[in-house]
Amino acid sequence: MTTVFVPRDAAALSVGADEVAAAIAKEAKKRNKDVRIVRNGSRGMLYLEPLVEVETERGRVAYGPVATKDVPGLFEAGFLDGKPHSLGHGLTEEIPYFKNQERLTFARCGITDPLSIEDYIKHGGFEGLRNALAMKPIDIVTEVTTSGLRGRGGAGFPTGIKWKTVHDLPAGEKYVACNADEGDSGTFADRMLMEGDPYCLIEGMTIAAIAGGARTGYIYVRSEYPHSVNTLREAIDIARRENWLGENIQGSGYSFDLFVRRGAGAYICGEETSMLESLEGKRGLVRYKPPIPAIEGLFGKPTIINNVMSFAAVPIILAKGGEFYRDYGIGRSRGTLAFQLAGNIKRGGLVEKAFGVTTRELIEVWGGGTRSGRPVRAVQVGGPLGAYLPPWKFDVPMDYEEFAKIDAMVGHGGLVVFDDTVDMAKQARFAMEFCAIESCGKCTPCRIGSTRGVEVIDRIIADVDREKNLEVLEDLCVTMTDGSLCAMGGLTPMPVLSALRGFPEDFHKPAPNKFLADAAE
Amino acid sequence: MAKKTTRSSASPREPEGPAPTPAEVAALAVCARHGNKPDELLEILHDLQHQLGYIPEAALPVIARALNLSRAEVYGVVTFYHDFKRHPIGRHLVKICRAEACQAMGTDQLCRHAERSLKTKMGGTSPDGSVTIEQVFCLGNCALSPAVLVGEKLYGRVDPQRFDEIIADLDKVAAE
Repeated sequence: MTTVFVPRDAAALSVGADEVAAAIAKEAKKRNKDVRIVRNGSRGMLYLEPLVEVETERGRVAYGPVATKDVPGLFEAGFLDGKPHSLGHGLTEEIPYFKNQERLTFARCGITDPLSIEDYIKHGGFEGLRNALAMKPIDIVTEVTTSGLRGRGGAGFPTGIKWKTVHDLPAGEKYVACNADEGDSGTFADRMLMEGDPYCLIEGMTIAAIAGGARTGYIYVRSEYPHSVNTLREAIDIARRENWLGENIQGSGYSFDLFVRRGAGAYICGEETSMLESLEGKRGLVRYKPPIPAIEGLFGKPTIINNVMSFAAVPIILAKGGEFYRDYGIGRSRGTLAFQLAGNIKRGGLVEKAFGVTTRELIEVWGGGTRSGRPVRAVQVGGPLGAYLPPWKFDVPMDYEEFAKIDAMVGHGGLVVFDDTVDMAKQARFAMEFCAIESCGKCTPCRIGSTRGVEVIDRIIADVDREKNLEVLEDLCVTMTDGSLCAMGGLTPMPVLSALRGFPEDFHKPAPNKFLADAAE
Repeated sequence: MAKKTTRSSASPREPEGPAPTPAEVAALAVCARHGNKPDELLEILHDLQHQLGYIPEAALPVIARALNLSRAEVYGVVTFYHDFKRHPIGRHLVKICRAEACQAMGTDQLCRHAERSLKTKMGGTSPDGSVTIEQVFCLGNCALSPAVLVGEKLYGRVDPQRFDEIIADLDKVAAE
């Protein structure tokens, strides 16, 4: 019997993975071939999806992107024995895009059947939790602090400090909440992990619960991710059945249960306090801080809130030690980040690398330039609130502090590539428009400022009192940055100003002298 | 504030009132399924909308009583979130991503094409009542842009031609 892998990840499904799996099953039956089809997660090479893999003696051999019409030809060429075909890429593990990554968080993603606990354990799953169950909670916190892990949702706050705050509070009702409201354009790492290795998230949250003294956890998943919701719910049911969740986990005396809650299409609910309101069944209005959620969080109780990627990094930290994880990365940015290559890019996908890799390496070496074949003009890093980088900033290493120095942010590690047809004034306008649509409305700079921002940029584009309006725009951006309650209004000026400063020619201003700009960097 | 009833004794209306409408009955059943817990309001609204296609006005007071909330609180939640519809929509809801990654791959042209071919604006329903199109910001398929979500089915690399094929297949897929 031959095992064939066809991903069940939403991105793979979006380009026909289900149809390809059905076609392979049908063709195998027709040819009397004994084939077992496993629906795995995605390897992250999304430009090759649907990526079909065949298990051979040499290892898994990759073919992609496979369309249903290619299936008979693949059988004809002998793909079940790993034989060459025009869509073949040889051994999956040897594809440079995959081989040259540092897969810690995504070590299992795409390799296993996401819902098989057996697969999960066979590939190192639950080792971290097993260690944690034998440790004192404070030692778990220390291990996470040692690892240097910082919040992967974008803010980069040290995870260990957050956990210690909750740990140190007196015992009582406490919660763990996972922010899976991955609303930033250009990011899909959370989704890929939830659909490709859900037990990793469950394990990370369970470890957090033990460390903080919580018995109940919630995963807040955006409603735009129906596949993630379904996969997580199934995985949680199975984990409960196998006693990896619930009462007295694996006889350890610890109990922890986990629930999935859906968002309802509000970007702002990715802000942690807004998410808490939403989890409580309310309008997603941002809360004032302090009190911080670690002290007064969900239902007013101490709550550990982390992003999917932060929780998913925890199992390997507990399995291999904080120092192992800390040895990756540069400066104060330790470990790896799952970079996501998106937009107008030839080889889009997920690249997990240690901090320190540059934008240029990511979009040229991995991404292979634009999909349209035209020159890259701008890359937006870190989601809709991140800066647009012009090409002369592509060599700055991915590092929270280095990016802050150039008025940009690493954020969640999403890179959206634009070719030279992009109109940066339009992009700046969109940043304001997006903020106007998605603002929760609680604070004035964000609610009103964003609408005024659209109007001002419209006037600049129409060349009405340009100089005056540019001044108004700068002034408005200062007000929004300093006066907004949360990062939504506070960071919207980042894409706007980066577009204005990096691409002034799109705002009817002289193009920057590239040589002078280079010298200034 | 309408915090008159307790969770356990929630009832849609006073016994002497007229018979409850189907929407009211449905709302009450969904609330009960979620243990009449106010923190599950979003899940309740999702389930109710899945069942009825939208959140009828008549359901709001019923939900408010069942969860021991004020009508204003329920109304506030329904109107805050983009997902919840207060009026019936087309048979199929087609969400087109308009966020940055999809912009880089021409979603603006795709949106214009969709509006033209379905003879409605974003947020509107085609004249034959079959399709409602809506803008959405990110479907998490940013390496395979532009992305479109139809119900729970995700599509990647959607150009105008593929969009037309998806629309043409809608009723066929639904029938299967």
